Amino acid sequence: MIYENKIKRNEVKSGGQSDLIPTIKFRHCSLLRNRRCAVAYLYDRLLRIRALRWEYGSVLPNALRFHMSAEEMEWFNRYKKSLATYMRSLGGDEGLDITQDMKPPKSLYIEVRCLKDYGEFEVDDGTSVLLKKNSQHFLPRWKCEQLVRQGILEHVLS
Amino acid sequence: MTEELDLTGQDSDAGSEEVVLTPAELIERLEQAWMNEKFAPELLESKSEIVECVMEQLDHMEENLRRAKKGDLKVSIHRMEMERIRYVLSSYLRCRLMKIEKFFPHILEKEKTPHEGELSSLSPEELVFAKQYMANTETYLKNVALKHMPPNLQTVDLLRSVPKPDLDSYVFLRVKERQENILVEPETDEQRDYVIDLEEGSQHLIRYKTIAPLVASGAVQLI
Repeated sequence: MIYENKIKRNEVKSGGQSDLIPTIKFRHCSLLRNRRCAVAYLYDRLLRIRALRWEYGSVLPNALRFHMSAEEMEWFNRYKKSLATYMRSLGGDEGLDITQDMKPPKSLYIEVRCLKDYGEFEVDDGTSVLLKKNSQHFLPRWKCEQLVRQGILEHVLS
Repeated sequence: MTEELDLTGQDSDAGSEEVVLTPAELIERLEQAWMNEKFAPELLESKSEIVECVMEQLDHMEENLRRAKKGDLKVSIHRMEMERIRYVLSSYLRCRLMKIEKFFPHILEKEKTPHEGELSSLSPEELVFAKQYMANTETYLKNVALKHMPPNLQTVDLLRSVPKPDLDSYVFLRVKERQENILVEPETDEQRDYVIDLEEGSQHLIRYKTIAPLVASGAVQLI
């Protein structure tokens, strides 16, 4: 359709057939509309991939990675990198990780139940906790937040 | 809360004025900036001095807590305070990043034109982030779709395709300083523009466009 349109347009220019102009205009409009739909679809996918970075963190689960094209992976990696550069520049030595602290903190320590086997997990004062399936622990909130988001721990609200 | 801190409360603002803020005032300013940013439809002025000062404060508090006695009740309270401050700061920065990503062509276009005495709405790091985001998205769209299209359709005018921030949206505000003679423009053709006075302490629901300069100057607070 694109090729035909080009030929038609050349004909009009050279042949001066002005009665074909409405056809060309119509075709051009439909081309523009098709392009808009394609770009809208791709952009919407990009926005969802961006949301994945904020939800899952830097490493995506394999199931999701299979659904992304190579260029989308490249976009994701570059977005990750520029976000990391920004966070590191925020101040202090290491910067501020703004993907943490998504909700206002209610208490310092939270009760969590382990959903999957994770292994050893070290807490601030050096003690390590063994995270086995269905074991419950009382841990500091900021340490657990990432694991809760990844689905390894579950916040127990009793 | 912050009065309990046993660190000396001095922080000098980076910039031309040497204003000494107590930690309580600094946190209050951060909260005000946070609320304004959350409820305003467009990206507001970048308050990087507040961000820097708050980061410094958090570092100080962290150090003090490390030196303090363990098991002391004050430690937990201060830690809780730190978490809350960190949440407000992160939320503020996240809100700004989201707005940058949403309106990136318009923001970058505004940055290109020289300011006439206005402060930039992007910090240097945010500007770098915005430029990288734009380049990234453009490269992606070009590689995936646009390069397969005929040459005269290959550029997408992002400035026209990406929606502009809706400055006509309504916001709630509280007036901090008395304002007189604010011109309210008509929404429909039947109405005519009229002038209102804003009393101190009063609360209003008004179109953002009317009071945008007042938010920037700090005369009103969005709620």
